[in-house]
Amino acid sequence: MDIRFRLNGEDRAVDAGTSQSLLSLLRDGLGLPGSKNACEQGECGSCTVVMDGRAVCSCLVLAADTDGADITTVEGFGEEDALHPVQEALLEGGGVQCGFCTPGFVVAAAHLFESNPTPETDEIREALSGNICRCTGYGGILRSLEKLAGR
Amino acid sequence: MTTTTGTRVRGGIGESVKRPDGVPKVTGNFAYASDLTAEGMLWGATLRSPYARARLVRLDIAPALAIPGVQAVLTQEDVPGRKTFGQITQDQPVFVDGEARFWGEPVAVVAADDPETARLAVAAIDIEWEELEPLVDMEEALEQGELFRHAPVHRGDPAATGAVVVEGYYEVGMQDQAPLGTEAGLAIPDGEGGVDLWVTSQWTHEDHSQIYRSLDLAADQVRQHPTGIGGAFGAREDMSLHIHVCLLALRTGHPVKMVYNRLESFPGHVHRHPARMWYRHEADADGTLVKVEAKIILDGGAYMDTTPAVVANAVYFTAGPYRVDSVHAEGYGVRTNNPPTGAMRGFGVVQVCFAHEAQMDRLATALDMDPLELRKHNALRTGDPLATTGQIIETSLPTVEVIDQLAAIPLPPPLNSDDPRRLPGGTGRTTTPEYVTRGVGYAVSIKNIAFSEAFDDFAEARVVLSPTGVEVYTAAVEVGQGMVTVLQQIVRTALGVEQVVVVPADTSEIGSAGSTSASRQTQMTGGAALEAALEVRKLALERGAGDDLTSEGVWLAGELIMTLDELCADGPISYHTRFRHPPTEEPDENGQGVLHADYAVAAHRAVVDVDAELGLVRVVQVDTAQDIGLALNPLSVRGQIEGGILQGVGLAIMEELVVEKGVILNASFTDYLLPTFLDAPDVEMVLIEEPSPWGPFGAKGIGEPPTISSTPAVVAAIRNATGLALNRVPVRPQDITGT
Repeated sequence: MDIRFRLNGEDRAVDAGTSQSLLSLLRDGLGLPGSKNACEQGECGSCTVVMDGRAVCSCLVLAADTDGADITTVEGFGEEDALHPVQEALLEGGGVQCGFCTPGFVVAAAHLFESNPTPETDEIREALSGNICRCTGYGGILRSLEKLAGR
Repeated sequence: MTTTTGTRVRGGIGESVKRPDGVPKVTGNFAYASDLTAEGMLWGATLRSPYARARLVRLDIAPALAIPGVQAVLTQEDVPGRKTFGQITQDQPVFVDGEARFWGEPVAVVAADDPETARLAVAAIDIEWEELEPLVDMEEALEQGELFRHAPVHRGDPAATGAVVVEGYYEVGMQDQAPLGTEAGLAIPDGEGGVDLWVTSQWTHEDHSQIYRSLDLAADQVRQHPTGIGGAFGAREDMSLHIHVCLLALRTGHPVKMVYNRLESFPGHVHRHPARMWYRHEADADGTLVKVEAKIILDGGAYMDTTPAVVANAVYFTAGPYRVDSVHAEGYGVRTNNPPTGAMRGFGVVQVCFAHEAQMDRLATALDMDPLELRKHNALRTGDPLATTGQIIETSLPTVEVIDQLAAIPLPPPLNSDDPRRLPGGTGRTTTPEYVTRGVGYAVSIKNIAFSEAFDDFAEARVVLSPTGVEVYTAAVEVGQGMVTVLQQIVRTALGVEQVVVVPADTSEIGSAGSTSASRQTQMTGGAALEAALEVRKLALERGAGDDLTSEGVWLAGELIMTLDELCADGPISYHTRFRHPPTEEPDENGQGVLHADYAVAAHRAVVDVDAELGLVRVVQVDTAQDIGLALNPLSVRGQIEGGILQGVGLAIMEELVVEKGVILNASFTDYLLPTFLDAPDVEMVLIEEPSPWGPFGAKGIGEPPTISSTPAVVAAIRNATGLALNRVPVRPQDITGT
């Protein structure tokens, strides 16, 4: 089926399967593998994208429901030579190890900082509690984002 | 170590250098195995056994083959070479060979034009089973003689007795590594009968040696390439879809990709061995340990995998980091129809540490001694024999120091908040501060580093200096731990040149670096890279007739006499080496001998808040002092320690595969509980830097110790808060409430 949406700032017209998830459309249909598939149940946040101003698990969004939506994936948050401040912070602060969860954390944290540029420590923890990291124990991620928040 | 190294280099050892793969990872551009694609690529999918044990009565692939878009359906009959695989013994059939022996065991694979068709085809395969009674109880398996390994330890007087005796029985549940990236691979036929494979792996050369034999190809017809790995923690030390995806690619003549979903991933890799352990400690009235006796059973699942080595670790670290003159222990790894078990961070030591540290606390109570004083009184030091094997410990072993430094870390303030995010149960608002009791607990551990028991453990590396800088070739797999960063730093410091790139090499380009496991890569591949870099430096100084080398070139008496361009005018300077750690021996019939290459100790203190009425626990803080040799990259060290601690916390209170009749009941991230940001404790740490005799610049492996004693420390803290005995992990709410 035909879908029109705004993806990373560009208007796109794409063909999606009627039962296809947004995550599958991004990864397999549009060649944007930055959003990761780790659980396909909305438990781990590895596939987080911003859709119409909300951070959502793209594995739980039906591609068919994105017609007319404004979507930003990790690929829309910064370039290798022009990183988003969240990306810079995670690199500096030891917030990245295997990196599989990282795109989801980048999107979720960038979304948090957009609405709240100076989150408290507990607000960071809570806002990112839907993103699972198996490597860092969250310490490096927390310190990175606390520093970005000016703490 | 007497080495002359460059002194002016930036980004060398000791700095918190940023990861070279960091930028692609934060932008989403880093290519993991599951992200790879190729022109004309087909998708693979797997048919699995729905039973833990069943006889295959009928298997008809024709209905699947009839589906348009299906290109191949393969079963055990289609394996052209060795029909079985396995790291130590090749006892696992590539596909079910008439009898399924664990839930989820692969029966057939399909290649189709797209993933949906592949899964439809899997469902269309006509199959009939006769369900058989699975063997799922590890003690019953032992009685029936279903043994992968019996490892005994007998050292000292078996009749020795102490004034105080404590006995205990302990259990450890089945923990999953739950790496966020599931098993994934892409196989591309080379058009000449061979195949190139990119796959989630911790040890490409070991996989490769099994794969080409099952494919009935020559070794050089199969090339296994390193690729992006979304975490490992042991789950990828044994193979998953490797042979399957190659078979499909060779059969169809197309590139084939396979990616396990999470439901498949759970039975698709080995897990931490569940354990049952019976312990008896005897001590003199002053607390001196006199004798430790233990019987340890580990559930090895249906196939061997690395179970014999895990059993060895369990039994050789039965007594922990303590001096004991008499140790008598029996370790068993048994065969059952439970999910596969093998390597997971801590590798057998996690299980026994939970038991021996509970025993030490019981002993302290029986003696009315401070638990840390008791541990220090018996602490193992350099020059002592390991209590189990009798091996004299030659490496640094700061057991007393880790305990003292840990104890000196200030405790967190008492609970002073009614913010539900700070309370057990969290934002479910299930409790209030007046129902919460705080507890504090300690544990100490010792772990071997690198491979043991006479294994020929080596790592190859090649360092190449050219005008553009230095390349370090290695087959060592970066799984997220930061080895690529540390190798860069080691080579920079050793050589004096800043521009260093680590080049992941495939199995045809360089020899094995060994497994990324056993906390070994920093010491092994790091050791190889150091050795090769020092040799390149020596060759460069000879060629340039100088006395120092930097990023600019060769210097003599403080003057630059030759640029790198001039130095390499006749070609790059290259050195290839194979690094080995000091040799180890096979154990004798009593488990005695020089079995281990190096050791590291760690101590943990956990602070917990518990609502005993509801069985809720919040781990407030876990502090540690760890013996790391030298912090090559302090930021990476911290990340390894914090990450390892959280996996230990997970085993202590959350993480368990619930298995009934061999079937995993919670094979999803919804039901297998992983620690989230809100479950993560604060961590304070002290790094003890006493050099290893053979690690690069004295560094020791650091990956596993954080996961080992953190678990018993958390449980000790819950015991302290509740007064309960708590003899199993994970501690479940019902273990606290008694309901």
